[in-house]
This record gives sequence, structure tokens and C-alpha cells, in this order.
Amino acid sequence: MDKLLQPVNRFMSGPIGLAARLMLLVAAALLVVTYFFPLWNLTMFAPQYPDGLRLDIYSHTLVGGNGGQDIKEVNVLNHYIGMQDLVNESFTEFKWMPFVIGALGLLMLRAAVHGSVAALVDVTMLFVYFGGFSLWSFGYKLYRYGHDLAPTAAVQVPPFMPPMFGYQQIANFEVYSYPRLGTYAMAAVVVLLVSALAWTWWDDRRSPRAPAGA
Amino acid sequence: MTRFIRSAWAGVAAVTLLAALATQCTPSQPASRRTGGGAQSDVALAAQKTYVAPGDLDEYYMFSSGGHSGQIYVYGIPSMRHLATIPVFTPYPATGYGFDDDTKKMLGDLTWGDAHHPALSETKGDYDGRWLFINEMNGRLARIDLRDFKTRQILGPVPNLHGNHASSFVTPNTEYAMMATRFSVPVPRRPIGIDKYATDYKGIIAGVKIDPQSGNMSLAWQILMPPFDYDLGDAGKLASDGWMFFTSYNSERATGKLEVTASQRDRDYIAAVDWRAAEKAIGEGKGDIIDGVKVLDPKKVPGVVYLMPCGKSPHGVDVSPDGKWIIGSGKLQGVTTAFNFEKIQTAIRNKDFTGDEDGIPVLKYESIKDAEVAVGLGPLHTQFGPDGWAYTSLFVDSAIAKWKLGTWEVVDKAPMSYSIGHLSAAEGDTVSPDGNYLVGLNKLSHGRHLSVGPSQPESSQLLDISEEKMKLLYDAFTEPEPHYAQIIKADKIKTIEVYPKEENKHPLAVWDVKDAGVARNGKKVTVKLVAVRSTFTPSSFEVSAGDEVTVAITNIEQTTDELHGFGLLDYNINLVIDPGETKTVTFTAKKSGVFAYYCTNFCSALHQEMQGYMIVK
Repeated sequence: MDKLLQPVNRFMSGPIGLAARLMLLVAAALLVVTYFFPLWNLTMFAPQYPDGLRLDIYSHTLVGGNGGQDIKEVNVLNHYIGMQDLVNESFTEFKWMPFVIGALGLLMLRAAVHGSVAALVDVTMLFVYFGGFSLWSFGYKLYRYGHDLAPTAAVQVPPFMPPMFGYQQIANFEVYSYPRLGTYAMAAVVVLLVSALAWTWWDDRRSPRAPAGA
Repeated sequence: MTRFIRSAWAGVAAVTLLAALATQCTPSQPASRRTGGGAQSDVALAAQKTYVAPGDLDEYYMFSSGGHSGQIYVYGIPSMRHLATIPVFTPYPATGYGFDDDTKKMLGDLTWGDAHHPALSETKGDYDGRWLFINEMNGRLARIDLRDFKTRQILGPVPNLHGNHASSFVTPNTEYAMMATRFSVPVPRRPIGIDKYATDYKGIIAGVKIDPQSGNMSLAWQILMPPFDYDLGDAGKLASDGWMFFTSYNSERATGKLEVTASQRDRDYIAAVDWRAAEKAIGEGKGDIIDGVKVLDPKKVPGVVYLMPCGKSPHGVDVSPDGKWIIGSGKLQGVTTAFNFEKIQTAIRNKDFTGDEDGIPVLKYESIKDAEVAVGLGPLHTQFGPDGWAYTSLFVDSAIAKWKLGTWEVVDKAPMSYSIGHLSAAEGDTVSPDGNYLVGLNKLSHGRHLSVGPSQPESSQLLDISEEKMKLLYDAFTEPEPHYAQIIKADKIKTIEVYPKEENKHPLAVWDVKDAGVARNGKKVTVKLVAVRSTFTPSSFEVSAGDEVTVAITNIEQTTDELHGFGLLDYNINLVIDPGETKTVTFTAKKSGVFAYYCTNFCSALHQEMQGYMIVK
């Protein structure tokens, strides 16, 4: 068993090359994008709303289009079907997401400087887990909003799942839901992290190095 | 047999003669219609030029005075679609105007006004799209804010001046709007017999100062004038900036049957007012206070006003775009007169006078006139296009004459249906007229529309003036009764569509349903209501009979076109509150019982549910 794990241990404790370090730096820098650009956008068109109602989801807040007015309008409309108000207070994500992104960024910088494969693997795994969890959480929130409808609502609609990705017709609304720059930046971070790992692995296969400190 | 042939021939001859005579009978239509001449139009071209496809926007706004309806009608040009009615001097339940505390106060005791001459605010002689002023016969002047198309101020009735017809013409940088008397009265106002009309009755010309930032109007000065009927006016511009021109009739100073007695003289006057001199005289402390207003008497303060003879009973006076010519139209003549501003100045310098009227010098007609343009019968008003083109309305001829400034040559005539009064060309009274379109504001429509009984609408006809010949494009039918109208390029007007929450400083505004409710202070009850789709909060409130109730409603919507109404049955209360607006209505709860209030302005699928009750115990 030990023998079996030996090459893994050796690889994990080995250093990472300059290219991988640079990729880590770029990945950390890309995370800054998520603070300034939305992660996701929901746009709703209806005959009465030819200009659309727009909702941008950031890592830390919800922002309505038309100077914030669109989110109020969405809430006014949603109250007819008994949907809960979309307000920042309902999203615990907005409290921990920016913090976690920052922490992961610091771990990337740490891996870039410290330079062990193990650190790179750690931060990659954590980041992928974080991304996956965030997507699940987003989908779950949408599910809850579409299903927790007040029984006293004026207009009774069957519970529904709003679109997470793509287009869906909901009553008189065409709803479009697509990722925005923030999410693309996070996807790019994943690509960079995995590439750094792959590059390190291939590099190691070609010319195995001695474990650090050996 | 011969006899038979002869009588047969005679019979044939008689029939031929009759047939020949029959071709000479009275035609069924006037010549203009039979020949198809004049302002008739290629139908396909006219349709194309006026068709604004669904969802597309018009090129121009036209602000048309509503005459004795007391309102302003807004049209889109070239579609001639009626876009909105702006209530000014008359309550208008459709927008709740004249029902809430603020507009009720603004209207005062008068619920009627006769609005005549809209005047868009100007910067350097060009429309700037900020405000619209309009006069009214009961001595008032109103300002409409073009940010929200709402009447924001009504000045007056001002003292001394009666029948404010020659108004509201603004100066090139909106320094002043003007007012002038149509019905001379004793100044100060007191009952004096009509036999003293010529000596004891007076006309007034008044300058109303406009605050350049807020647009707030204040009465600055008045000039005491002879008892003529002051009719129309226009501000000098560019070359003639600093001067105002007013036509007048009844220089006979007659009373009684004016249509005869006031039409005896061959010439009446255009009053030329040096308004900068008037401003200066007031600044120097000149003038007498009459009924609280500084009034300049031209006898004591010379150099402020001169009289230009103009034939006969002149109606319109219009200054050319470069300010060089003043066009005065004697309505009982066949010519319109072009006065030369430079010559007027020279005549003033040389004291080229033929006499005076109550101390006001009368300039020598021959010295100041450039041309008498034979435009046609009954010339009233002149508008301008680019390249020196002028368009004069002819009431009696029922036509528009197109002629050229400088060469004075009349090149085209377009018949109008029927009896045109004012006319309005696109930015046609500014320093840079657009041409393109002209609207004839006709007094009679004579059934060019589906019959609606004896009370007929007026007709407003759109003409294409982009080419050499004027072409009739469209007949629109307008409610009584447009006088003057102005046409402004649409992109000059910047409107808002909701009142931003941050701007609402109303002391009774509530933006959260938690803050809504009833507060009592003795017999005074204040009800703060929130209106938002589709609920009034509170949905009921109680007061006691005899309470003075103030209901303040805030429409907390910030979405365009989400208006809410507040109709309170049996109490004659009807408000409409725009998004972001707070309006109040104060009344005494005289009747006890239960009274429903509800949203009158359709707001949502659950609009019918937006209701509540006032319980008066």
C-alpha cells in the first residue's frame, strides 16, 4: 500500500513550476472580477414590459435594472402570486460568498508563493467545491422562491422552477437566465487551476523531481 | 308640310338653345374645387408623409391653445395625433386637476379661462423646451413645466389690466412674458360711466419677469396706454431685440357697436415698446403705484413706447426671424404691411412723428414701412420658414399666402377649410424656423368630418411646406378652440416619467405602509394613505362628522405609467396621483355615513380590488 502511494506522495510534496505559479496568480487576480461584475442575470420580458425587467446577481448583492426600480417591480408583480420578496436579507450567500472568494484567492496566492503541488490541489478542490455548492445553492433558492408561494395569494399558480440557465415562458413573461462576467471569471479560474495541475503533472511525468526538502 | 318642317326646325332650334343655356348653369362646386387646384394633395404622398407607424414617434410636438376650454392640447406632428391634454385654467377630472389642494388653490375662484397664445421659453430666440407660458382673458398667465407637462404656476388676475388677450409672447431669452389689455377699464378700477371711455378708461401693457432658474413669474411693471383694444404681440429678436410689438384696434376709442364704430379709421396702431427702457425706468424708481403695481405713464416717462400706424384694425404682428421686419396684418385689408426696424429707429431718432396719442408719439407711416404685400383678403397672422419665406393666414379668403421677405412677392396660395385664424409653422416664430410643416388652425370645419350635431369641432390642417408649393396633408379635428399653437422639435423636450422618490419632499409623504394611518389634532384629522398595486393602506379610516379631514395620498410606485386614482364617492373628490407623487385634499366631513374610496385610474389586474371606506360617525 505504501509502495502504491509513494509516487503520489512524492508528486504531492513536489514543487510546482513557474508556469503553474503564474496561472495561480492570474486566477487570484481574476477573482477580483467577481466583486465588480454580476455573476448571473435574469431578464424578463412581457407585453407590458417591452424594455424588460432586469435582475443582476452579484456575489454580495442583488441589483435591479433601471436604477434598482426593476427589482421593486418584480416584487410588486410577485406579490400577486404570493412569492416572497427578493431582498438581500433573504440571501445568507451575500454575507459569506465575498469572504470565501477572498479566502480562496489568498490560498491561491499562498500556493503560488509556497509552491507545493499539495497546496495547488487543495485550493483547486476547494474552489471547485465552492463553485459547485454556489450553483446548487442558487438553484435551490430559485426552487424555494418558485415553490414557497403564499396560500392566500390573489393569483394561484402551480409551484414552478424558474429557469437557472436559458429561457422559459412563465405566464406572460419570457424569462432569460444566463451567467454573467463574474461566473465566467470563476469558470476561467477553474480552468486555470486545473491547467496548472495538469501542466505540473505532465511536467513531472517528463522529468520527475525530487520531493521538496529531500 | 312646309309649315310642319318649319315648326320642326323651330322646335329643334329651341331645344338646342335650351341645351346650350343648360351648360351655362350655376356649378355645384366652387371653382377652386372643380379645377382641383390649390392645396389638394397627392393622396399616396400625403398618407406616406403623415403615417407614423405603430410604436414610432412623431417628429414634433404641437402645443395648441384650447381657447375657452382653458386647456392646452398636445399633438404629435406629422401624425396629428392628440397625445395629451394639459389642464391649465379649467379643472380636468381625467388628471384630477383642480380637485387636490394645490391645484384648487392655484385656480382660485375661477374654474374657467380663455387661453389663447402659448409661448415656449426661448434661449437666444430659439425654443429651449423648458417651459410653456399661456395667457388667459381673466388677466392671468400660467407656466407649464415641460419636464412633466404640468401647470406649475398661475399668476393673476393682475390689477389694472382687463381682458388679457395680447399675451403671453416671451422675449428671446425668456426675460419677460407680456400681458396687455383688450377691454380698457378705468385705472385704478372703479365704476365710471361709459361716456367717459375715451378719456378715463385706459389700456395696460404689462411685463412679467421670469426667473431664469425656476421659471417663477412675477409682475414687474405696467405701462399706461390709451383705451385701445390691444390684440396680439411679438417680441423683437436679433436686430430688434429689446422691443415688443403689440397690435391694437379701436384707436377710434369708440364704444357700443364696435364692429362699426371701431372700424372707421383707415389705420390703427402697433405699439412698439422698448422693454429695456421700461425696465430701466422702473429700476430708477420711476412710475406710480396703482393698485400695488408700478405703472409707467408715457407722458411722464417718454421713450418707452411709440405708436406705428398700421391699417386697418390690425390683428397679428410678427417679427421676421432676423428681427429686421415687423409684419402687421390689418384684418380688414387686402395687404399685410412690412415695417423696417431700422427705419423705425431712425424715425424715433429724427422725431419723425405725425402727432401723439395721450403723449405717445405716433411715427410717420411712410417713413417706417417697407412694403404693403398683397397677400389677400383678411390677413391675420404670419409665420416663417427658412430662406425668408413667410406664410400669412387669410381669414376672409380662407387661405394661406406664401410670400418672400425682401422681394415681397406672393408665390403660392393654399385654400383652407375653413376660415383660418392662427397658423403655426415648425419653430416658425423663432430665429431659425424649420420649415417642413405648417398647421392651419381653422375656425370652421363645416362638416368635413362625420356629423356630430351642431356643436362642431374646429379643424386643424397640416400642410407640407418643404417644397415650393404648399401641399395639404391631413385634416385633424380639435376641440374648441385652438387660437395660437407652437410646434417644437421633439428632441428639445426632456421629460421625466416618474417623480423620483428622492425628490418627494412633501411633508405628508409616506413611503412605507407601516407609516400610513390616521392622526387627529382636535377637529383636524390627517389621513396618510399609501397607494401601490393594488391596495390603499389604510383600507378604511374613521372620522367624526364636522371634522376637517386632510387626506394625503402617496403613490409609492416608481414604474412608468403606474398612476393611481383616488375617487371618494359623494364628496366630489377625485385625485390622480402619478408615480412618486403625494397629493392632498382637504374637506369637511359634512355628511355622515360610509363612503367608498377607490382607485379610478386603471392600474393592474386587481385594480377593481383597490378600494376602501371612509366612515364618518
